[in-house]
Amino acid sequence: MRAARGRRVILISAILLLVTLVLAAGVGAVPIAPSEAVRILFSRVPGLHLTPTWDEMNAVIFWQIRLPRVVMGALVGMALSLAGGAYQGLFKNPLADPSMLGVSSGAALGGAVAIAFLGHWQIKGVGTLPLFAFLGGIAAVTLVYRLAAVGRRVPVVGLLLAGVAVGSFSISLVSLILYMTNQQARDAIVFWMMGGLGGANWEKVAWLLPYLTLGIGTLLLYGRELNALLLGEESALHLGVDVEYLKKMILVAGTLLTAASVAFAGTIGFVGLVVPHLVRFLVGPDHRYLLPAAGVVGAIVVVGADTLARSLVATEIPVGLVMAILGGPFFLWLLRRKLKPADA
Amino acid sequence: MYLNVGNLRCGYGARMVLDGFSLSLRKGEFLAVVGPNGCGKSTLVKAISRALRPAAGTVSLAGRDIWRMKPRELARQVAVVAQETGVEFDFTVEELVAMGRLPYLSRFRRETEADDLAVRRALEATNTLGLADRLVTGLSGGERQRVMVARALAQEPELLILDEPTAHLDIAHQVELLDLTRRLNRERGLTVIAVLHDLNLAAQYAGSMLMLKDGRRFAEGSPVQVVTEANVAAVYGSRVRVSSHPEEGSPHVILLSGERCRDERAC
Repeated sequence: MRAARGRRVILISAILLLVTLVLAAGVGAVPIAPSEAVRILFSRVPGLHLTPTWDEMNAVIFWQIRLPRVVMGALVGMALSLAGGAYQGLFKNPLADPSMLGVSSGAALGGAVAIAFLGHWQIKGVGTLPLFAFLGGIAAVTLVYRLAAVGRRVPVVGLLLAGVAVGSFSISLVSLILYMTNQQARDAIVFWMMGGLGGANWEKVAWLLPYLTLGIGTLLLYGRELNALLLGEESALHLGVDVEYLKKMILVAGTLLTAASVAFAGTIGFVGLVVPHLVRFLVGPDHRYLLPAAGVVGAIVVVGADTLARSLVATEIPVGLVMAILGGPFFLWLLRRKLKPADA
Repeated sequence: MYLNVGNLRCGYGARMVLDGFSLSLRKGEFLAVVGPNGCGKSTLVKAISRALRPAAGTVSLAGRDIWRMKPRELARQVAVVAQETGVEFDFTVEELVAMGRLPYLSRFRRETEADDLAVRRALEATNTLGLADRLVTGLSGGERQRVMVARALAQEPELLILDEPTAHLDIAHQVELLDLTRRLNRERGLTVIAVLHDLNLAAQYAGSMLMLKDGRRFAEGSPVQVVTEANVAAVYGSRVRVSSHPEEGSPHVILLSGERCRDERAC
């Protein structure tokens, strides 16, 4: 049975994710062995009194630097993969991607504006950059939605076209800002857009968490309806699905997830496209299993890519760049496999 | 009356396909809707199944306005098998048929035994139990349509609407699907509305027929009353002879070639 298989994949990948988190948090200039990492981790469990056999400095590095970074990577990977998986169902298109409605481009524009013109002030530990990137992403999708709406309905084709238009317009404005601004801001914008988890801390995780919980929770609730939508909008309607309402919920949830991720980690491409695709091979198209499995696998992939990004060479490579370099060829391989006839 | 369509004005944008259309249907009837392309058959189906909001007029089911029902509530009473349902993702037959239970499932509840039973019954009734674990994308056209009927039956509807269900099927599968539909109609008292292109199949299987022309009712009644040489000539502009089906006695249309019509002026 595929349902049993789906549950098994989710369980196994969840265990793998925990292992990945502990291992990844150990990697870095100061290596922390998995056993030590686990002991440091359990030392914070209330009621558990472990004799401190670990290095106190290592504990600080683990708690203050490594753990927030891997946790943030996991959250971002989870958010992007879930959004991608849901969009692929909503648009009935296996090539759909969480940024296709202009959210990443809008966020890039917001971020560029913040870096170039607003300098640096902070609200509750978070700078202008993530705030403006988040708002930029939301604004872009709102505009796309408005442009695509015809009366009470929002046709999917309209969304895609408006998404492309708004996306490229936003990027052209980003280019304009890049051209006009000074060298320092230009470097900052370009670097930020490559996507990275470098500045991760617990405050950022705390900012991310409510948006991600809301978005992920919403998407997981609509698995059955998304399945019905794969049969076509009219068929879904005949099965009692309020299609326009469903679309709106999926778009709002997907936008929240993507905008929040881009705001704190820049644009990390390919995760949202490749991971749901890959997971579909394992669990089939049923969104009730596909979405949670994609979320967990996405978390593993981003944490893994980020660990590579900060350990391959002496200076850190942005994780977005690593994802793009690894993800592109991997996606092509997946595509070739799919295009070839099954018996070949 | 089970289904009442009153003074329906319905169409796309400013173009009204149906204007002032009314229709009543008793429970347990098998109505075939026929007419040339663009006559409003599909629009009527969309209006009855709530896929298209009418500009004016009412559609009510057992005395209740369908637009005052929740979508899920309507889906427990009305199931639709469309002409072609593209399934591009790899669902198995059983998974697809189980989607028919969607209107019965609340968000936080899993499928119960009653749901499994309904799915199994639907598979049995449509003779698709043997296909349960096959992927829908790998089925033939005839198998696929039977599976679509199974999905509709899993909804445990009172009204089954078929919109040109035999459009892409070969003759054997056309007969198979309509035999199945008639059996469901007779044995379970399922009310059926079938949009059909083939006048002969419509006349052979349906209890009553509705012939549309330009969004209006041209003829309605038993197949013998509706499928006449005069009606077909007036609605389709085709020259035909109507004889009688050798086994069922239903009217049978024989198409005459148009060229002969021009040559002999014998239309």
